[in-house]
Amino acid sequence: MADYRMHLLVCGGTGCKSSESEQIRDNLLAEVERYGLNDEVQVVMTGCFGFCGKGPIVKVLPDNTFYVLVKPEDAATIVEEHVVMGRKVNDLLYLDPESDEPISDSKQMDFHKKQVRIALRNCGVINPENIDEYIARDGYAALATCLSEKSPQQVINEIKLSGQRGRGGGGFPTGLKWEITSKSQADQKYVVCNADEGDPGAFMDRSILEGDPHSVIEAMAICGYCTGSTKGLVYIRAEYPLAIQRLKTAIHQAREYGLLGDVIFGTTFSFDITLRYGAGAFVCGEETALIHSMEGLRGEPTFKPPFPSESGYLGKPTTVNNVETLASIPVIINKGAAFFNSIGTEKSKGTKVFALAGKINNVGLIEVPMGTTLREVIFDIGGGIKGGKKFKSVQTGGPSGGCLTNSFLDTPIDYDNLIAAGSMMGSGGMIVMDEDDCMVSIAKFYLEFTLDESCGKCTPCRIGNKRLYEILDKITKGLGTEEDLTRLRSLCNVIKDTSLCGLGQTSPNPILSTLDNFYDEYLAHVRDHKCPAGQCKSLVKYSIDNEKCTGCTLCFRNCPVGAITGEKRSPHFIDNAICIKCGVCYDKCKFDAVSVS
Amino acid sequence: MNKIKSFDDLKQLREGLQAKIKQRNSGSNPESIVRIKVAMSTCGIASGAKEIMNFLTDELEQQSIEAVVTQTGCMGYCYAEPTIEVSLPGKEPIVFGDVDTFRAAEIIEKYIIHNELVDGILPVNYRTIDN
Ligand SMILES: Cc1cc2nc3c(=O)[nH]c(=O)nc-3n(C[C@H](O)[C@H](O)[C@H](O)COP(=O)(O)O)c2cc1C
Ligand code: SF4
Ligand code: SF4
Ligand code: SF4
Ligand code: FES
Ligand code: FES
Repeated sequence: MADYRMHLLVCGGTGCKSSESEQIRDNLLAEVERYGLNDEVQVVMTGCFGFCGKGPIVKVLPDNTFYVLVKPEDAATIVEEHVVMGRKVNDLLYLDPESDEPISDSKQMDFHKKQVRIALRNCGVINPENIDEYIARDGYAALATCLSEKSPQQVINEIKLSGQRGRGGGGFPTGLKWEITSKSQADQKYVVCNADEGDPGAFMDRSILEGDPHSVIEAMAICGYCTGSTKGLVYIRAEYPLAIQRLKTAIHQAREYGLLGDVIFGTTFSFDITLRYGAGAFVCGEETALIHSMEGLRGEPTFKPPFPSESGYLGKPTTVNNVETLASIPVIINKGAAFFNSIGTEKSKGTKVFALAGKINNVGLIEVPMGTTLREVIFDIGGGIKGGKKFKSVQTGGPSGGCLTNSFLDTPIDYDNLIAAGSMMGSGGMIVMDEDDCMVSIAKFYLEFTLDESCGKCTPCRIGNKRLYEILDKITKGLGTEEDLTRLRSLCNVIKDTSLCGLGQTSPNPILSTLDNFYDEYLAHVRDHKCPAGQCKSLVKYSIDNEKCTGCTLCFRNCPVGAITGEKRSPHFIDNAICIKCGVCYDKCKFDAVSVS
Repeated sequence: MNKIKSFDDLKQLREGLQAKIKQRNSGSNPESIVRIKVAMSTCGIASGAKEIMNFLTDELEQQSIEAVVTQTGCMGYCYAEPTIEVSLPGKEPIVFGDVDTFRAAEIIEKYIIHNELVDGILPVNYRTIDN
């Protein structure tokens, strides 16, 4: 049996593979063999290191040396110098971007990792159904510190100082929100955790509740202490059964330890939490609608002010916070406001969790400091676009957000920059699109979602969005005109200005941002009646090339609607009046005779 | 369960738990054993994490390898589910992605028994806030 003293890890993520990392592996293997080191050194392929921009990557264990931009011909040098002679190959080390010095110590290398996990600190680390594992990682120490060493106002000041802003979408300063509730006078106040998470593509709140439910419970208790509330409510959608089950287990365990209930940590502070289930309406994530839904009323928003902090659940002062906002609170207390404040941009502090989805290689959940660029997120951590296709756009902020282009790739992500770019942070869904995506269809997809989810209370949103959808539908069918584009824009602005709640006020964003960033594509639809991405079925036309067609009859036999005619061994023909554009003939033809235009 | 009545109670409990974990992971402790965490969030379970967890438990028991298999939450590598993390005594934990029963068997045979790595390790691509 081999007892390896050294391992050479070659990145086999999609990004590095496309720049010959398999060849690097083969060369390393050959070199190791040449020196007869097969029993001492093992070469293995790994997944993505989250550093694809500097790929291909080779990492050496146990000394943790990190080589970047490795070429197949470097394999000989790595084995000769590093493995045999024990000297690091300086030319291949990562250069510190500031000092331009090569980094050989793995600890310093860590510092350059793009992701920092605060809200996700325990996800994938602890067993979420075992409170002891949470306590071993400083769990409930923040609550204990607050109760035994700080006054509510001191804690609020700490949160204010940290610069924490709400992660539910709005970005309202958390400390200020707590202060308003704490100053409102009432016999009962409430803490509400918003776990409705309705954005298509977002699943960070679910993952936090499934992976680290105690962090949310602890933060709700801290919020209760600060605001003078003894009751906490978690509003969670019933479609999240595992999150519900883990949250229930966690609440039960916290009660057993006396961390929820009366006389917490031997003080006079009491706090307990109950769950409320939502039926999965997107609008119920809006805080006033959420409160009405918990009161047993229809899940419809009402006008603000009064804000929930003054008059919320049952008319009492209520602090509504998002799951991710809460999950970071214990860290702010334990590590101090200055720690949190040192991460991020001037006006957006800390880290943000994003759910990467769409045409991206490393679909998953990531957490990065505010101020990270879209390029780093998509091309380094996300591993770039699937299938080596071209990046076209990234959608942030879900149905309230917008589609950003190439030119925004180097914009640091924070609340204000995203709004200035015509999108928004939202809850952190990030959907990546490639050259095959039609932006008009994307806008239509979001509008369809809005139409389904509008509560119907106010006219601009209920009727206006329907009209927007109809115009988009017309355009994707090739029946749109240039006037439609003008109408689209002015109607968008009216809806934004006159809707009652955030849903209607932001629903035109997907259209406005695509009009701004992809106007040519709209023009191609209305002027030339063409869909450049080939997505709008009504606008594509299938035809058979007489020269190439051999008359094999394969397409004729497979067409589901009998749109193809032709004699055996002579060119076939598609009747476009019958064709439903299913694309079967295109896929089936072995002679490349069917073309799409 | 004893109630935690003060900050000192909590600190005591925490220290006890941390000492236990440290001992369990140290290479020099003869009682250290293999520890495996299986990512069991909704998406992990949907990709078959439960079967992998059962398979690992059964297989390790059959081969009389002393090990603790526990569940954990999302590790963030949704593209490579099911994912598991294996900690051998005295070694850094290693995360394996796309683990089906075939790969699980390979991980036991090669990594756990023979301390050989297998293809498909997922490097830790984030910084933690511990220290
Ligand atoms: C249509 C709509 C949907 C919303 N959905 C959510 C949601 O699913 N989760 C959430 O936390 N906040 C959601 N919000 C924001 C909430 O109204 C509220 O601002 C937030 O929960 C406050 O918490 P935070 O300050 O911690 O972000 C939504 C807002 C609107 C207008
Ligand atoms: S904007 Fe839309 S969702 Fe909001 S209250 Fe009006 S109709 Fe309902
Ligand atoms: S499958 Fe292609 S080659 Fe065969 S008849 Fe159809 S178009 Fe012609
Ligand atoms: S696209 Fe579909 S419906 Fe149209 S001709 Fe080809 S097979 Fe027939
Ligand atoms: S670092 Fe190699 S593919 Fe990402
Ligand atoms: S939920 Fe699967 S890795 Fe995140």
